[in-house]
Amino acid sequence: MNFFKPILILSFTFLAVFGESVLGAPRGLLGAQIDLLPALMVYAALNADIITVSLLAVLGGMWFDSLSANPLGISIVPLMAAGFPIYVRRDLILRSSPFAQLMLGAAASAVVPALAVLLLLNGGKQPLIGWGSLWQWIVMTVVGALATPVIFSLGDWCGGALGYKLRTQVSFRLDREIRHGKILK
Amino acid sequence: MFKQQNYLALGAVVLAAVVLLSLPTSAASRLKLAVSSWFLPLFGLASAGQQLPADLADSALPRRELLQQIDRLRRENQQLKSQAVQNNAIARENDQLRTLLGWQKTMPWKLKPANVVMRDPANWWRTVQIDLGSRDGIQTNQPVLTAEGLVGRIASVSYLNSQVVLIGDRDCRVSALIDNSTHDVGVVSANGPLDTSLVQMSYLSSSANIKPGQSVFTSGLGGIFPKGIPIGKIVDAQPVEYGLATEARVKLNANLGALEQVSVLIK
Repeated sequence: MNFFKPILILSFTFLAVFGESVLGAPRGLLGAQIDLLPALMVYAALNADIITVSLLAVLGGMWFDSLSANPLGISIVPLMAAGFPIYVRRDLILRSSPFAQLMLGAAASAVVPALAVLLLLNGGKQPLIGWGSLWQWIVMTVVGALATPVIFSLGDWCGGALGYKLRTQVSFRLDREIRHGKILK
Repeated sequence: MFKQQNYLALGAVVLAAVVLLSLPTSAASRLKLAVSSWFLPLFGLASAGQQLPADLADSALPRRELLQQIDRLRRENQQLKSQAVQNNAIARENDQLRTLLGWQKTMPWKLKPANVVMRDPANWWRTVQIDLGSRDGIQTNQPVLTAEGLVGRIASVSYLNSQVVLIGDRDCRVSALIDNSTHDVGVVSANGPLDTSLVQMSYLSSSANIKPGQSVFTSGLGGIFPKGIPIGKIVDAQPVEYGLATEARVKLNANLGALEQVSVLIK
């Protein structure tokens, strides 16, 4: 099994969560903090196996919640809810098309925060939401959509530069026997 | 088989989420602190990276400018020293008068400076983490402030870090007093998710004498925040609940959007 891709995706996730908590520029400029985890989930769902998708949901969600005032584990289900349907239907998706990546990134980036807030409200928490949250949701959706093709390019580039590829079967075999027909004189 | 594996993975993830969410509060907060401690090496690197340009700028500063700065700081120091002497005299006099009246002595504030190391990555909370923890004597509910005014209170404490819930979050409500003739008291709470500089002051009486520009301080009621910490200034006020009460918007003195250094008030 090639462990490079899962490690790459989980490392990106770890750094993305760290970056979101340290970099205040998006919040200052756009009025909302951007979230790259849904975009990474789209990349994982289209390029990795179900174990990686599950690990991204569990670890990404736990990392995000540990640095936030969210209850630990609340972000796991929204991430999985975004990634699992894409993974199940990935054979029907044009995964190399930037437009498809953009639309899937937008959908995932819209679904994940909305579901997280719904779960928080359902759990009796009082998140800070109002009309301004609509603007924050739009910013998260648009930036998540734009980030998805970039993550695909970055992931493919890292995979090509640092990873190894599975050896493909060639038609030549050492034990291949060439049978000749009758030699006609 | 392939589909079964997918649904097994989905079930395992949902089960993990349910188990985490149903953990007892103390176990969940311990696990949360353990998970967040994975980021500590990166926070160290980030703060070193942020410090580097400032260090480089300092080393490139010309000698003449440094001498001017030293001169300015010396004069400022002299002024502050003379102010401190005056303040000590006033404090002594205050103590004597309190003793004469039989009032309890007020304890001076002890402040511990801290650096803000990260902000909440979620848009629906207003919290930051500071680099002081239980090893520095930090406890939950201690007030956090800057030189300009109140910032929030300590929400949770780990060994090295603490989480500060900022004023304007729904979990940080402060009993406040307006510096006017009637000393109107209200509760400062969240205003909205976008503007971090404005908060709402509610539960004010309908006859409150509120004017824009009046200062707002902590009232000392509630037991968490001591009396007299500046919060902000009144922006505007309007009657609510069919004129039975008044609500005011308050512009915070502290800039919560650009917090770098704060102080924790230790009683």
